[in-house]
Amino acid sequence: MPEQKQANQDAIIICREVHKWFDDFHVLKGINMTVQRGEVLVIFGPSGSGKSTFIRTLNRLEDHQKGDIIVDGIELTDDLRNIEAIRSEVGMVFQSFNLFPHLKVIDNITLAPIWVRKWPKEKADKIAIELLERVGIPEQAQKYPGQLSGGQQQRVAIARALAMQPKVMLFDEPTSALDPEMIKEVLDVMKELARSGMTMLVVTHEMGFAREVADRLVFFDGGKIVEEGSPEQIFNQPQQERTKLFLEQIL
Amino acid sequence: MATSESIITRPPQPGIVVWLKKNLFSNWLNTLLTVFSVTVIFLTARGLVNWIFVQADWAPVVQNLRLYAVGPYPAEQMWRVWVIVYMVSAMMGISAAKWGGTVLAFARALGVAYLLLALLPIALEYLGINTRLMLAGNLLAILAGYLAGSRLERRNRLKARWVLLAWLASFGLTILLLGGFQNVAVLPRVESGQWGGLMLTFLLATVGIVASFPIGVLLALGRQSKLPVVKAMCITFIEVVRGVPLVTILFMTSILLPLFLPDTLRIDRVLRAMLGMTLFAAAYMAENVRGGLQSISRGQYEAAHAMGLNNFQTTLLIILPQALRVVIPAIVGQFIALFMDTTLAIIIGLLELLAVGSAILNSNPQWLLLDMEVYAFIALIFWVFTYSMAYASRKVEQAVGLGIR
Repeated sequence: MPEQKQANQDAIIICREVHKWFDDFHVLKGINMTVQRGEVLVIFGPSGSGKSTFIRTLNRLEDHQKGDIIVDGIELTDDLRNIEAIRSEVGMVFQSFNLFPHLKVIDNITLAPIWVRKWPKEKADKIAIELLERVGIPEQAQKYPGQLSGGQQQRVAIARALAMQPKVMLFDEPTSALDPEMIKEVLDVMKELARSGMTMLVVTHEMGFAREVADRLVFFDGGKIVEEGSPEQIFNQPQQERTKLFLEQIL
Repeated sequence: MATSESIITRPPQPGIVVWLKKNLFSNWLNTLLTVFSVTVIFLTARGLVNWIFVQADWAPVVQNLRLYAVGPYPAEQMWRVWVIVYMVSAMMGISAAKWGGTVLAFARALGVAYLLLALLPIALEYLGINTRLMLAGNLLAILAGYLAGSRLERRNRLKARWVLLAWLASFGLTILLLGGFQNVAVLPRVESGQWGGLMLTFLLATVGIVASFPIGVLLALGRQSKLPVVKAMCITFIEVVRGVPLVTILFMTSILLPLFLPDTLRIDRVLRAMLGMTLFAAAYMAENVRGGLQSISRGQYEAAHAMGLNNFQTTLLIILPQALRVVIPAIVGQFIALFMDTTLAIIIGLLELLAVGSAILNSNPQWLLLDMEVYAFIALIFWVFTYSMAYASRKVEQAVGLGIR
């Protein structure tokens, strides 16, 4: 084991032979993946391929039945303390934003820092304002989520996840529920985040984004990783017929 | 483009004649219905006014105002009731200063109500000068509370949680003050059998409302719990209580309960009624809250969990605030029903408002046929309070509606 630890010193996520079933339906069929610190990964594939389910197992919104998932040196098991420890280090952005509609934008952002990190309110507020400036909407701090556009809501959701100062950010189809003219504003925030050195796993079909900032592309189909590689490899000379076909359809 | 747009103005609102024609006399059937309805309304109103001011004999009402208010509570201990009334008035004033808006409107309405009561056009022998002065004095109590509250509020020293705690404390104080103590000369014991009238109705309803709310929320959460034992216990309680009429529950808590409990553990009669009503209301409350819990999308739980909040924090900070807001109308509807259900305490021998009414009717042979007057009076009292609750509910809904999806 010590050698392995040495070898994976820079790995923040390690998945070995991860299997998951929904009742009898075999969703994930042996996923192996190692993500290095600072790496930007784009996961794509047809719907039902298990890509969303996979990133949701990484913070235990879904449990896996077989295999190991190790995040930042902590193995994900049923142990609630481990799960809560990992969740506070892993930020997540959802397709449907999932902002808390009864809280103001700023309170959405400061909630977890205050209750989980136990920061004083002043510190949490200060950082929340900085984050809102970073995602370009500091003037919306005192509004409620329902008063914002979809693109603004998703940017608040990103700021909310960043407020916990996570080591990894998971994005589950962050632009799929947005009107076309709002996709860019969210992608711009994500690009800036990628360039700042954040470790990111992004489930998306935005291939322009993938080409620009991804270090690695991973193609999912039928609960398996069919192919992975750098953007050039995947876009210019995909090895698998299935990858080629899928890219032809979406590009 | 811009100039031609500004030239087109909105057509003027139709005048009253056009409105009448369009809404009330658009064809022969509508005209007929309009004439018919106006006739019915006119005849009813005329009959009602005639009955109230000419035919009705209000003697059993005006001659017994104290009984309606407090039932057989001893006259020489009435000062305790006044202390409580003044305490509530002052608290209303403080709350009005803290929250303003609807609370302020309610404080004002309360003041006006006291003034109207003090000026009631009935003979002095039934509503004496002293009582009138005491009633009017509540205006000063409200005003004093408001001024003191405003001063504190301006210095930012009036915390909402302290005001709420003070309300809870005044509630406990009310019970202690009314009941008194065994060996204290200043505050001799007044058995709860002597509590009655509107005062008892208020006590039953307030205890039922205040206690059933948290119990109902806990039951609703328990029903959704992943722990099978907790879940089964909550479901059993809810379904058993909901399957039994309130009358039966009141009988059980008032007659059967003492049979099971040892003689040393005598629970007061009023307390047993409160217990029964609370349990009953809690089961219904649980089902209302469950409806709210089910309206919260899974994404809210997931987002909260993904941020590292534990189950308790998620429930308290994310789920309950949204779930309860959704079911405010249902909850207030239940509070109103509970308020009116207090009249069922009559069957276990408590002298709440309705029981006082029938006792008064039976007390004097000349009044035997005056039940219309007495029950109309009692209905009016109930209506005033239930309508106030419904009005407050609408205001609360509007106040918390901000930021809803």
